[in-house]
Amino acid sequence: MLPQSLITVGSSAPNVRRFGGLFAVFEWFLEDVYGGGMEILADLLGVTMLGYPYMQRAYLAAVCIAVIGPLVGTFLVHREMAMIGDTLAHTAFAGVAAGLFLNATLSLTLSPLLTALVVAVGTALLVELLIEHAGAYSDTSLAIVLTGGFAVGSILITATDGGIAVGIDAYLFGSLSTVSKENVGILVLMSVLVASLLTLAYRPLLYVTFDATAARAARLDVRLYKRLLVVLTALVVVSAMQIMGVILVAAMLVVPVAVGALVARSFKQSILLAIVAAEFAAITGVSLSYVYGIAAGGSIVLAAIAVYAVVLGLRKLTREVRVAKTPHARDGRSGDGIKADGGEE
Amino acid sequence: MTGSTEPIISVDGVTFGYGDRPVLEAVSIDVEPGAYLGLIGPNGSGKSTLLDLMLGLRRPDDGTVTLFGEPAHAFEAGERIGYVAQDATKAVGDMPVTVREAVKMGRYPRRLVGRFSTEDRRAIREAMEQVGIADLASRRVDRLSGGQRQRVFIARALASGADLLALDEPTVGIDAESREAFYELLCGLNATGLTIILIEHDIGVVTTYATDIACLNGQLCFHGDPNELVETDALTRAYGTDQYVIHHDH
Repeated sequence: MLPQSLITVGSSAPNVRRFGGLFAVFEWFLEDVYGGGMEILADLLGVTMLGYPYMQRAYLAAVCIAVIGPLVGTFLVHREMAMIGDTLAHTAFAGVAAGLFLNATLSLTLSPLLTALVVAVGTALLVELLIEHAGAYSDTSLAIVLTGGFAVGSILITATDGGIAVGIDAYLFGSLSTVSKENVGILVLMSVLVASLLTLAYRPLLYVTFDATAARAARLDVRLYKRLLVVLTALVVVSAMQIMGVILVAAMLVVPVAVGALVARSFKQSILLAIVAAEFAAITGVSLSYVYGIAAGGSIVLAAIAVYAVVLGLRKLTREVRVAKTPHARDGRSGDGIKADGGEE
Repeated sequence: MTGSTEPIISVDGVTFGYGDRPVLEAVSIDVEPGAYLGLIGPNGSGKSTLLDLMLGLRRPDDGTVTLFGEPAHAFEAGERIGYVAQDATKAVGDMPVTVREAVKMGRYPRRLVGRFSTEDRRAIREAMEQVGIADLASRRVDRLSGGQRQRVFIARALASGADLLALDEPTVGIDAESREAFYELLCGLNATGLTIILIEHDIGVVTTYATDIACLNGQLCFHGDPNELVETDALTRAYGTDQYVIHHDH
């Protein structure tokens, strides 16, 4: 049996120590600035869990995920590539298993998150290459990569002498207690990186997502931006995996985006609304996870779906009220505001 | 708009195929500045492929294509090209992009990052006014009619300051009234000096509005004045059967 230190998410300490100075600053921020603030909030609100360091880390991780998930997910969903998040999550699981396997067999101290990152980014680029050569986005290819990744992962965790299944639940379903200082540090760093790259590439990514052919004619490097998007997706998936779990991580790329698209009046607004919905779901989900001792990933996803259902219901209700108030609707004519050629009146 | 008298596009002896399937064979054609070229031909005749080659989106197997005097595939000034792809209006899906956001994309090749300048904002505003969609600026493109969406794509090209506007069957699925208005708009833009290449199934539309026609069926069957097209057997050679051309009233 492996020592527990090798099979928990917090096994990246040796890697992190190489960035000692930077990490010390982050540790100071995490404990003194952010932690201090949360303790004040805990006293003010009388909510004890806000004062626990591991819950503070879980909230910080969830807040970061709720920013970068919808940020990248908005582009993915509108490129009709939502499935790629799920695919990369399952191959990232193979990466985690590979890390654990290497650690167990070669007595290494690799962070499973690092191996997950390498495998997920590699797979992301491979999938994009497959799509480029196949000439189309293929559900079949993605399904093969997804199941193949998960199959490799399942074999690796059972192939080790004695098995390394202990702790793997944390990766499958997400966990609050395994969010170590090191991993929340990596997550914050990843979030800054993803958000910065997306801000820099916002315009070309939007153009490519909206009209890839015209973007290519306008001499934007469409291939580069498509690759950038899948690599960013891999970063988000690996970052979110520890809280959301492999199986549910893709939901943060899709569900909040669906909420934003329902009510937004512009693309930028849809991103902002998706982030707001995701933050609500993440904070609610983490809180419910603590209170009821349930899986964090599951509770976050259900909270996000509840937000979607409420917004959808309110939207339908608002439309019906508006139609009922329209004079010609009362006369029995169509009141949907749609012209014969499909445009709104 | 360009002031040069050199052809904007020069296709010289171009042959192209997808794998073993030949699509175009020894096609040569020039597009002069200010022309309004209509590309017609039956399905699979190579119209869209020729347009892709003209814009440098594909490289020919044989022959050369120059765009604004440079090899088309190496041409980099993307802001000089406006392109409305086949099914572009459908491809919008339910993406929540406003008209203003879509038209702004025309300026992206010039300004990938950073704040838009006064000139950028003026170009965007004028482009929307020119095609009559200024009052729709805050509306989502996916909630507009097909005709209105096409105007958004044209405005995007105008905002970029394009010298060349290429359209691949832009009015598929658009009602007759909106189609007529759309083609009138293109005529007006052509009159200001904008070079237009239009792929269109409706031969009547092309012969009515275009100043120049190219008829394809793997090879170039005809290139010249629309009025001369009906006097030749080019349509029969291209389509394999007699074609009756119905002119549209201006």
